[in-house]
Amino acid sequence: MTTGSSSNTGPTHKLVEAGVTLLIALFGVIVIAGSLKAGINWGAEGPRAGFFPFYIGLFIVASSGINLWHGLREDNDGLFAEWGQLRQVLSVVIPTGIYVGSMPFIGLYVASTIFIAWFMRWLGKYNWITVLAVAFGMPLVTYLIFERWFMVPLPKGPLEEWLDL
Amino acid sequence: MEQLVNLFHGFAVALQPYNIMLMVIGIVLGVIIGVLPGLGGANGVAILLPLTFSMSPTSAIIMLSCIYWGALFGGAITSILFNIPGEPWSVATTFDGYPMAQQGKAGEALTAAFTSSFVGALFAVVMITLVAPLVASFALQFGPAEKFAVYFLAFCSFVGLSKEPPFKTIAAMMIGFALAAVGLDSITGQLRLTFGVTHLLNGFDFLIAVIGLFGIGEILLTMEEGLAFRGGTAKINLRVVLQTWKELPAYWMTSLRSCFIGCWMGITPAGATPASFMSYGIAKRVAKKGSNFGKGEIEGVVAPETAAHAAGTAALLPMLSLGVPGSPTAAVLLGGLLIWGLQPGPMLFVEQKEFVWGLIASMYLGNIVGLLVVLTCVPIFAAILRVPFSIIAPLILVLCAIGAYSVHSSTFDVMLMLVFGVIGYLLKKCNYPLAPLVLAIVLGDKAEEAFRQSLLGSQGSFGVFLSNPLVSTIMILGLIALFWSVIQEGYSRLRSAATA
Amino acid sequence: MRRSTHLALGAIAALCTGGVAAPATAAWEPVRPVEFIVPAGTGGGADQMARTIQGIVTKHSLMKQPLVVINKSGGAGGEGFLDVKGSGGNPHKIIITLSNLFTTPLATGIPFSWKDLTPVAMLALDEFVLWVNADKPYKTAKEYIDAVKAAPAGSIKMGGTGSKQEDQIITVAVEKAVGTKFTYIPYKGGGEVAVQLVGNHVDSTVNNPIEAVAQWRGGKLRPLCVFDAKPMAYDEPIADGKAWKDVPTCKSAGLDMEYLMLRGIFMAPRATKDQVEYYVELFKKIRATPEWQEFMKSGAFNTTFLTGAEYAKWVEAEDKRHQALMKEAGFLAPSN
Repeated sequence: MTTGSSSNTGPTHKLVEAGVTLLIALFGVIVIAGSLKAGINWGAEGPRAGFFPFYIGLFIVASSGINLWHGLREDNDGLFAEWGQLRQVLSVVIPTGIYVGSMPFIGLYVASTIFIAWFMRWLGKYNWITVLAVAFGMPLVTYLIFERWFMVPLPKGPLEEWLDL
Repeated sequence: MEQLVNLFHGFAVALQPYNIMLMVIGIVLGVIIGVLPGLGGANGVAILLPLTFSMSPTSAIIMLSCIYWGALFGGAITSILFNIPGEPWSVATTFDGYPMAQQGKAGEALTAAFTSSFVGALFAVVMITLVAPLVASFALQFGPAEKFAVYFLAFCSFVGLSKEPPFKTIAAMMIGFALAAVGLDSITGQLRLTFGVTHLLNGFDFLIAVIGLFGIGEILLTMEEGLAFRGGTAKINLRVVLQTWKELPAYWMTSLRSCFIGCWMGITPAGATPASFMSYGIAKRVAKKGSNFGKGEIEGVVAPETAAHAAGTAALLPMLSLGVPGSPTAAVLLGGLLIWGLQPGPMLFVEQKEFVWGLIASMYLGNIVGLLVVLTCVPIFAAILRVPFSIIAPLILVLCAIGAYSVHSSTFDVMLMLVFGVIGYLLKKCNYPLAPLVLAIVLGDKAEEAFRQSLLGSQGSFGVFLSNPLVSTIMILGLIALFWSVIQEGYSRLRSAATA
Repeated sequence: MRRSTHLALGAIAALCTGGVAAPATAAWEPVRPVEFIVPAGTGGGADQMARTIQGIVTKHSLMKQPLVVINKSGGAGGEGFLDVKGSGGNPHKIIITLSNLFTTPLATGIPFSWKDLTPVAMLALDEFVLWVNADKPYKTAKEYIDAVKAAPAGSIKMGGTGSKQEDQIITVAVEKAVGTKFTYIPYKGGGEVAVQLVGNHVDSTVNNPIEAVAQWRGGKLRPLCVFDAKPMAYDEPIADGKAWKDVPTCKSAGLDMEYLMLRGIFMAPRATKDQVEYYVELFKKIRATPEWQEFMKSGAFNTTFLTGAEYAKWVEAEDKRHQALMKEAGFLAPSN
């Protein structure tokens, strides 16, 4: 497989689907493990905390097994997505990941300003005036509506601390 | 007759210019709250409650209940435009509302949603006016077993609907149940599936899951297909309202059925969420164009919206007459009543006539005002879809982040939302249906709780689910809904055998 | 008309002046909005009290900065406690507590104790009353106890709020005093419990007065006795000419159990003396308002007010008692 942006290569649907199915099965195993810890038998108060989750976990594992079998047997040579398309998706996922990851440290407002500016400039290719207007306008409006009007405190960072907001 | 006299007196109270102005303010605030995913109806009501202490109780409750109506109306807007339901009961609206918007019919979908909401609410208010005392005693019949039966019916009328492979549907639903189980087990008071992670104490909130799975997932799908929101061709003038109105009477049967389902769920008080899912599920089964549901059928917007709004309205009745809130918003309103020295309960209707009938009259007027406000805004909402994707997408992402954060004031939830977004993208691409997953998150723990409460009460005997006519009827309805396709097939085979 | 323009103007004024810090005086004062954490869901008893306080503060302008109520109910309130515990040195966060201050760490093993917080003041104590459906034949606690004793163990259903919390602790104590077993059914909220009793889905409950008073007035429920050392103080008639004062103590009926629930305020760790003092003064002012007194009356609260060392001593004693009660009932988390 090439990593270039050639138009018709990418991971096969079969492969990705098998991966997703295995992840779901793994989730089922975690649920079963957690249920065993909470107790899966019937106690003095009826079924214990883990009784239902245990069987739910079993169902997840069992149905994933069937789905995996179906998926692998299926005659589907199609692509899940082209590399170029996946790159597009990742170009949103990664910055959003950085955005939400930085939020606890620099606060929502600063993070949002940078994120919006980045998105509009790099993906939208807008001129700086529009970019800055939206990037600063949106957090300001958010601040007024949420914090001042509806009194919902949002995460703040050093800048807000310094401004004493 | 006495009710009507009281009602007219109530109209006189509600129609004072001061109160009408409060209504308009309330509706507008409510719509804003409904549109912004971080602000639920409960937030809005709770935060404005202290502001209303300087008003008379009647004026205050008029304003607050209008916020409630506004939020109910507003919840449909983001569901239709961006596939982001702000409230649990708007989830079913996305199934056909969002496809309609993608086909450039956002105006039609919004008009249908608003009008249906109005019809549902009006039906429920008429019911409250005429049969309030009767209804209150019906609500008392619902113990844990009956409640479980209702959830059972909601699940049954919904499963088997998706076109996806059955084992994928089962897997998706079970994932939802498992997520709903995380956190504190309310029956044993024990933590489960938290693995010592303090962030998991709250469990997985519906809103975070749904913002991620539906909202973020949809943005990622859009990114994959290139940077454009489909639906930019939506008509943005008011004529679309009238055109849609011409179409709507054809669905009177669906509306009526949804009204009944909504009122029933609102009173019990199972709430608006099972009502909307149940109504959508049943409509899909019995409607002529049922097989088109999910592809942008207007009837698929009418059914859940009517039921949700009827339930939301009817839920105020048990709150007033029994003191049991049917929703978190109603719970906050209830707290407000107590602060004003009004005691909800059987005596409220006797001792506080002016207040109760003022409120009921405001339900009529508030909904009319609300409908006018939101319908005139239809073109504005539809025009949002013309904003270029690379401007609107980051704004939506920021709003989603705020929404996820404000559920528990936790930045962990924001990261969780993004994880759900990626999961939603993968699941959707792999043909897993997301609706059963979300239904299970919303109702899973409630159903389990009711089930175990029933078994505690019956000391472990399953007979409790068939112990009286009410619970048996609902359970049997559920089974019929579950095996509907089998029954239908058998019936048509019988008929063809008879004609042959 | 005029009042609402006032409202709008107020909102605008708040928008404009919000950012300006209050002039510094000798004593400490909040310089930004104060978060008022409620470790319980919306609509419950603690939430109602917090929102009443918020309303009183707003109406009488008792604070220069807004007071913002935030519900953090996850993990039986553990979420809220952990949040405050983790906000050491932040004077802009206070929390209202109920009995889950003691029961949640014991029942769930969440790493937290009241000692992690700074005690501010006890606002009131909430009473517990034994309720039955008004259609039932028993008129007194004694008749009820006799009926419970006569019935086979486990056949009498007791409804309550939450699991391994105050309602169930009382139920276990009643079981011990009577020498039988109830089937305890946990529900989410007190109002729901009262309605389940009206609908005869449970046989008795130990609701707080405020949760069941409306049904009492409506003639649907009957209070049998109160779990306190002395009868409640309120003598205004509620139903059938009876007042809260006329509800006898459970002790007098042979049920030797006293239980009162704390409605108190705590701050984050490492609060200074000045800061605690500010909030104590604030709550003194709140207690003096007619709205607060009306609220106390509607819920038949015990209005004991404690601060400082006395308050801490009370909490400590109560914590020990809960440990004993929970241990006896077998409610401790498995890992403890």
